[in-house]
Amino acid sequence: MRHGRWRFLLGALVPALVLHVVFVLSPYAQAFYLSLTDWTGVAGAAHYVGAGNYARLGGDTLFLDAVRNNAVMLLVVPAVTIGLGLFLASALHRGGRGSRGGSAYQIVYFFPQLLSLVVIAVLWGFVYNPNTGLLNSGLRAIGLGGLAHSWLAEPRFALVAVMAVLIWSSVGFYVVLFRAAIDAIPLELFEAAKLDGAGDWSSFRHVIFPLLRENVRVAFVYLGIAALDGFAVVQVMTVGPGGPDGATEVIGLSLYRNAFTYGRFGYASAMGVALFFATLTLALLALRSGREERHAL
Amino acid sequence: MRSERRSNPLPPIAMFCWAVVTALPLLWAVVSSVKSDDEILNHPWAPPATPRFDNWVRAWTAANIGRYFLNSLIVVGGALLLTMLLGALVAYALARYEFRGNRTLYYTFVAAMFFPVFLALVPLFFVVDQLGLLGTYPGLILVYTAYAVPFTVFFLHAFFRTLPAEIAEAAFLDGCSHAAVFFRVMLPLARPGLVAVGIFNFLGLWNQYLIPLVLNPDPDRYVLAQGLAALSVSQGYRSDWGGLFAGLTIAMLPVLVAYVAFQRHIRAGMTAGAVK
Repeated sequence: MRHGRWRFLLGALVPALVLHVVFVLSPYAQAFYLSLTDWTGVAGAAHYVGAGNYARLGGDTLFLDAVRNNAVMLLVVPAVTIGLGLFLASALHRGGRGSRGGSAYQIVYFFPQLLSLVVIAVLWGFVYNPNTGLLNSGLRAIGLGGLAHSWLAEPRFALVAVMAVLIWSSVGFYVVLFRAAIDAIPLELFEAAKLDGAGDWSSFRHVIFPLLRENVRVAFVYLGIAALDGFAVVQVMTVGPGGPDGATEVIGLSLYRNAFTYGRFGYASAMGVALFFATLTLALLALRSGREERHAL
Repeated sequence: MRSERRSNPLPPIAMFCWAVVTALPLLWAVVSSVKSDDEILNHPWAPPATPRFDNWVRAWTAANIGRYFLNSLIVVGGALLLTMLLGALVAYALARYEFRGNRTLYYTFVAAMFFPVFLALVPLFFVVDQLGLLGTYPGLILVYTAYAVPFTVFFLHAFFRTLPAEIAEAAFLDGCSHAAVFFRVMLPLARPGLVAVGIFNFLGLWNQYLIPLVLNPDPDRYVLAQGLAALSVSQGYRSDWGGLFAGLTIAMLPVLVAYVAFQRHIRAGMTAGAVK
């Protein structure tokens, strides 16, 4: 029996482990090393340049644009998505548990979550089209033609347009997630709040929000990671891509372009490492704020 | 039954508005996919005079959407099967067997979930290139699998832990081998977990874009997302609006059909991933 046990364990673990080491672990490890070289893809021609690539990042204006845009996305996208998600989830809850209309809304809200970001980006590229798009022709139809813009071509609107797409595509998922969490709150709490004279807003603030804090934190981490990415939507939808004039550049796009257009593999790896530390910081901050709150309780 | 003194009209209005905001662009794309170019350009909000399904035919054949669709099916099908098999084996072995290094191995797999794929992108390209797997189905299938296994292990590990030990012990007493206990007893018991993580993986793999963009340069092997992105920027198709909308609709349709059929399972499976 012991013999069979080890043979089974080896058979179960080794194939997946080989894949994991070859395609996941080794590339991650190599990326850290490559970021310290000037490698351009020629075998054996990588020179160690220390922190040179990282110093260069600080003077790369397009990369700095990307960092600024990702930072704006990080501030705006999670906050707006979670705000809308919480609002719609409590509105659905208020409409009554298991109500027919409520679940029909949920079905509609959730659908964009299932679509590939490429499909979403192509679709919104059409919506934003200055002449024939849904948005401008809609504005003109209701007499607001003055508000019509070339959404993706004007620097002050392009990033907003990208963020709107990211928010549009993810709100539904968080509505469903938050709705399930709100439905799990005992009804007595809402009734007690109502007896105390709480209206919609104060029962949201004092009952729903405190009890959903953990869900909101998880949502912040997921959405924060998505906001640090943004690659697919920007690459498919924006002019350039990343334009106009760097207005929608994101770190992932800079990395992709430097690696696979210019062949600057060492430099691109440094961007990857920078992105990794940004993601890590975000996750650790979220984790720590959770721990402090538990201590405070 | 509701007896509120003042009924706030804002929430119902907001719920309705968001439904419109969500559904309108999607419906508009579907309707536009059966309109002529002239109708699309000059009457963006109007329904077509007569629905033109030749847009769909053109997208499927001339614009190669059919071929991309098939490529996606092959790659995602292969990767999904392999991911579920390997992920379930690893999760089961780590959840139900005590041995030295078990925890280390578990964290080795699971830690990969927290690394951005962008970090691995450059070296991954060269690893796949050196193995001669660039732009091949097996190459994509293996890489998709490698990146989908960590979450699968994480999810199913928790699931296998909750299954009762007595059933496995009884099977061992009946003379079953370790492999037979896994395939004949434990795997069927884990079906709800397998379905949930399977749906999650299918959608994740079907919607992959970054990995094929880098590892799959041959236009004949493009997966659907890649092909659609290429089509939307290619100058030749800039003028064929009907064909583009049709391609977009064809890309959305299977997901929509699957969603309508399995929507409860899908929502449960996708949100379970975030709650765990």
